[in-house]
Amino acid sequence: MPMRKVMKGNEAAAWAAKLAKPKVIAAFPITPSTLVPEKISEFVANGELDAEFIKVESEHSAISACVGASAAGVRAFTATASQGLALMHEILFIAAGMRLPIVMAIGNRALSAPINIWNDWQDTISERDTGWIQFYAENNQEALDLILIAFKVAEDERVLLPAMTGFDAFILTHTVEPVEIPDQELVDEFLGEYKPKHAYLDPKRPITQGTLGFPAHYMEARYKVWEAMENARQVIKEVFEEFEKKFGRKYQMVEEYKTDDAEIVMITMGSLAGTLKEFVDKKREEGVKVGAAKITVYRPFPIEEIRALAKKAKVLAILEKDISFGSGGAVFADVARSLINEKEKPIVLDFIIGLGGRDVTFGQLEEALSIAEKAMKEGVEEEVYWIGLRKEIL
Amino acid sequence: MAESPFKADIERVEKELTEKMTPGAIAYIPGSSVINKTGSWRVFKPEFNKDKCIRCFLCYTYCPEPAIYLDEENYPVFDYDYCKGCGICANECPTKAITMVREVK
Repeated sequence: MPMRKVMKGNEAAAWAAKLAKPKVIAAFPITPSTLVPEKISEFVANGELDAEFIKVESEHSAISACVGASAAGVRAFTATASQGLALMHEILFIAAGMRLPIVMAIGNRALSAPINIWNDWQDTISERDTGWIQFYAENNQEALDLILIAFKVAEDERVLLPAMTGFDAFILTHTVEPVEIPDQELVDEFLGEYKPKHAYLDPKRPITQGTLGFPAHYMEARYKVWEAMENARQVIKEVFEEFEKKFGRKYQMVEEYKTDDAEIVMITMGSLAGTLKEFVDKKREEGVKVGAAKITVYRPFPIEEIRALAKKAKVLAILEKDISFGSGGAVFADVARSLINEKEKPIVLDFIIGLGGRDVTFGQLEEALSIAEKAMKEGVEEEVYWIGLRKEIL
Repeated sequence: MAESPFKADIERVEKELTEKMTPGAIAYIPGSSVINKTGSWRVFKPEFNKDKCIRCFLCYTYCPEPAIYLDEENYPVFDYDYCKGCGICANECPTKAITMVREVK
């Protein structure tokens, strides 16, 4: 029987790692993710998890140790956030390029400066081009599930790419919720043992990993990463189905909520989706035709799903906790590029919201919605809307 | 003239190697770098004067590639497929039996 426990998002991530039985965990503490490796080291010290827990001197080393472990042919896991993820940056490309299915838990946190330990998605969004698959969890249960799913997708032979699962700093990492811990036996069946055919350390079968790619070969190696990420779309769908059959919880690339007759669909990721669904319920009672959609998988970006969603609505309002200075929101850009060659497309609005842990209130969602309603009738006034700004101190 | 010590390797690798890109650009055939003829990088080429050679093996010992092997009489043979023209052999040669000349193609 699956066990239900009340736990923080970080503990849920640690439990997911325990259930996945990685052979190597290398991590460096950073707020708000510290509890993940802390809990895992406890599991290892208690003999509940048979793994090598490597204490390192930085996140750069943590991910490098994971690259080494994964290249040697074992399952590897790490956790970090914000500046820690930024410090891993160059190695993230290497992990993906070497096709090492490392899995990483991220407590999504803002980046300095100013220094800020609270939630937004700038850390993982800034790593979107590294070749890592990206999942975003709405609650602690999803954090656990999407880490297990990440292992399964990453290790699929059609994919072989690393994957990260993000869950919002403090809102999830430090908030307790009831979480169902799946049976170890079922997880073992679901994941199986990691026996890589492509990357291993075996003196009897010597291979060279981390090769030099001259101009004659580099592009093809990069194309293979592109191809793997494209394959991941199908693999993720299959894994979601298998997960649902085994554990009873349903996941989708894009989860729609009350979108069928919606004129305006508000799109977001992570824990904000929970707030948004409540907001939609409230507005529905008031007779407003608004729906919500949650992007669970950000890389590969769910292009087809967004296109299908766009056919239903007159306005897509993207609410995102990240900003690409000089352009706008990253999710907006991805939604826009998904729709650019469609014959008929809705108005797409870009809302920057909740940066650095600013609470996203119903008041702010009302503001975004009223801009969307106005845009539906009168057209778009601004390229990027900053919602909840304290204009009085600007 | 002695044979290149890499001859067997070159034949093996040329037989087994396909140019197909693997996931992670992993090289699965050991020693496959022998088919990468680094001699094309050369600007200066070592020229050998057998009359001056005292067969001290210093060039053979110092060559970092190694692109110098020895023939049946222990004279050095320069493997121009791999010699990058670094000039260490010429620098080490105590009798100036090796001189570096500009590569002309």
